[in-house]
Amino acid sequence: MFYREAGDFKTSYVDDSQTFPIRFDRMRYYAVLVVGFGIIPFVINDYWANAVFVPFLIYAIAAIGLNILTGYCGQVSLGTGGFMAVGAYACYKLMTGFPEVPILIHVLLAGGVTAGVGVLFGLPSLRIKGFYLAVATLAAQFFLVWLFNKVPWFYNHSASGQITAPERTVLGIALTGPNTSAAAKYLFCLCLCVALAWLARNLTRGAMGRRWMAIRDMDIAAEIIGVNPLTAKLSAFAVSSFFIGVAGALFFAVYLGAVEVGEAFGINKSFLVLFMIIIGGLGSIFGSFAGAAFLVLLPVFLKNVLVGGLGWPTDLAAHIELMIVGGLIVVFLIAEPHGLAQLWRVAKEKLRLWPFPH
Amino acid sequence: MKKTLTALAAAAIAAAMAAPALADLVVPNLSYRTGPYAPSGIPYADGFNDYFTLLNERDGGIGGQKVVVPECETAYNTEKGVECYEATKGSGSLVYNPLSTGITYQLIPKVSADGIPMYTPGYGRTSASNGKVFGWIFNYPANYWDGASVAIKHLLDLNGGSLQGKKITLLYHNSAYGKEPIRTLQELSKKHGFTLIELAVDHPGQEQKSQWLQIRRDRPDYVLMWGWGAMNAVAVQEAANIRYPMENFIGVWWSGSENDVLPAGEGAHGYKSLAMHGTGMDYPVYADLKKYVHDAGKASGAGDQVGSVLYSRGMYAALVISEAIRKAQEIHGTATITPAQLRDGFEQLEITEARMTELGLPGFGQPFKASCADHGGPGATLIQQWDAKARKWSLITGFIAPDDEVLTPLVLEDSAAYARENAIAERCN
Repeated sequence: MFYREAGDFKTSYVDDSQTFPIRFDRMRYYAVLVVGFGIIPFVINDYWANAVFVPFLIYAIAAIGLNILTGYCGQVSLGTGGFMAVGAYACYKLMTGFPEVPILIHVLLAGGVTAGVGVLFGLPSLRIKGFYLAVATLAAQFFLVWLFNKVPWFYNHSASGQITAPERTVLGIALTGPNTSAAAKYLFCLCLCVALAWLARNLTRGAMGRRWMAIRDMDIAAEIIGVNPLTAKLSAFAVSSFFIGVAGALFFAVYLGAVEVGEAFGINKSFLVLFMIIIGGLGSIFGSFAGAAFLVLLPVFLKNVLVGGLGWPTDLAAHIELMIVGGLIVVFLIAEPHGLAQLWRVAKEKLRLWPFPH
Repeated sequence: MKKTLTALAAAAIAAAMAAPALADLVVPNLSYRTGPYAPSGIPYADGFNDYFTLLNERDGGIGGQKVVVPECETAYNTEKGVECYEATKGSGSLVYNPLSTGITYQLIPKVSADGIPMYTPGYGRTSASNGKVFGWIFNYPANYWDGASVAIKHLLDLNGGSLQGKKITLLYHNSAYGKEPIRTLQELSKKHGFTLIELAVDHPGQEQKSQWLQIRRDRPDYVLMWGWGAMNAVAVQEAANIRYPMENFIGVWWSGSENDVLPAGEGAHGYKSLAMHGTGMDYPVYADLKKYVHDAGKASGAGDQVGSVLYSRGMYAALVISEAIRKAQEIHGTATITPAQLRDGFEQLEITEARMTELGLPGFGQPFKASCADHGGPGATLIQQWDAKARKWSLITGFIAPDDEVLTPLVLEDSAAYARENAIAERCN
């Protein structure tokens, strides 16, 4: 009944190759955009922005980035936290070095810097694969965190080693610093997230994405049919690091406002983003969103229910929350090893036939 | 996902309805009872809650208004700290006390923009003691740089006034918190001619083998420690393992609780730490706490932390906040104060020895008087030493005043840098 193709005729190649070929699906997508851009900015408050939407959007960008590398190109990376730190510190240096430039440009440049660093740490991927590559990227994680702790130039010689985002604007609207309105923060992250997700979606279904997937599925076969592993792997590292760098810059400048590299971008962050794409679904843009939502929103939701709703002691709630989230991860992965995206796909198949499955 | 969002909305509405009535005085407790910093976070949170419970039960609140203390778990994590701040901000919170230097750094611009005072006794950003720049932040009675200076002064006393040619190692938590004293110690090493060796311990602090190996090789005359949570107990144990003379090992006040030394047993005997206030059960206030809070079954947490160092500190923080609320009520002649009125209370707060005796804590903390420009207090500090046989801390000095000749220019320099970065005009002129 829903998601049906019957009667949905395509008369041109452009129509046929669009991202959402089924009409209902397309309408749903537009509806989400309308709600996201047209309704939420007017009703959002500081709590919803800072505890729910902004972290969700930022982690979604990071998850899309890692999904490009791991899900589409098959290169396992544990360096996400380190690359986010590169984005954050690049953004900080740019913000403090060139205060008159709009923050949007700094965020994109920070992504560019991270792309360069990502390519550098992607070089070992040309020789090593799988677990061994994961260990090589782990080295990137530890090296980068150590570097930002060790060299005072990166944090402008501040006494505490913290970096703090000063107030910066786009078109006169404050987007970083304490005077930023909730709606401005949210819309800035939403615009970047939608633009980057759109970019990722189109990259992955174009020639470049096909090369990545060929490398993922079997690199020798890909090489034989004419895919250059050097450019394919390094481009995946570059694009993925760009996304992660933008996420890191937003995480620091817009979301937290002040970070300490060891705490904010430690190995836990790498694992968190990796779990997001595993739970959400490898090789799926929707999966990146679903995974980010699962791991960002669920703890906040549980905390509100257990402490705010049921009035439990905070320590008990925090421990139970860990158990529930962990348990749900296990349940979801047993129910569907390919993640939430696959569950969504199966649900769509079922809905297509519902209520007459035979 | 849609289901999650719907449920989330429902939960938020439920949370909003559960918010306290606006007439109450709301003092959120951003605590941490989980994770590697829980050994330090639990006693502090308990002391903080219990003191307000005592005021509510015994005196009916402050100025006739009940104090509500919503607790929010941060796990010493800045992301959760932000969430807690935003979640509690809407319910009319009067003052924040996050007990984390990292979260403090993050909240300084936010509370200044939102106009809510933040009280960070003995932690946070040291230069916030300059009220001319940091209008909403208070860190009296003492801060990290005071602590570093007092530790060096104590060592000077032990060495007949000269540290020339001595080697001092600073073992610090590799975070904003641990890095705070470095600048002061560098200045002091120039002034007194000792060599400073800096050794960082990464979060969460359980892995310190290489640092202690280095200490064994360097053989420093003294080791200072800026540690927190699990790091403290591990460091004391490691020092005992390499048989480092414990009386030459001095922790900051955050590294001097029972939970830090008990795991090392006899080995911890003689370990010293700074102390901002007295400790132990020999204060009249504990009789009231027992009667109104513990025996009434209203104790926070498991109720087993009473009288410990960090419990006392949580109680002290609650005491100062309650006195500031009282002062603000007095200045503005209203029982239901706003955060801006509370700031006036903090700025004009004076705690005398007579008042401390009245509150049941004679000789517990140093008297101090704040002003618009001075948010830092006198900064004098005691030194305490652990007696492993009696299993208790004993004070070995009186209040030692810090070396303001070195500290004042550092505070002015750091706060001026902050004012410049954030375009803040000086107040109180």
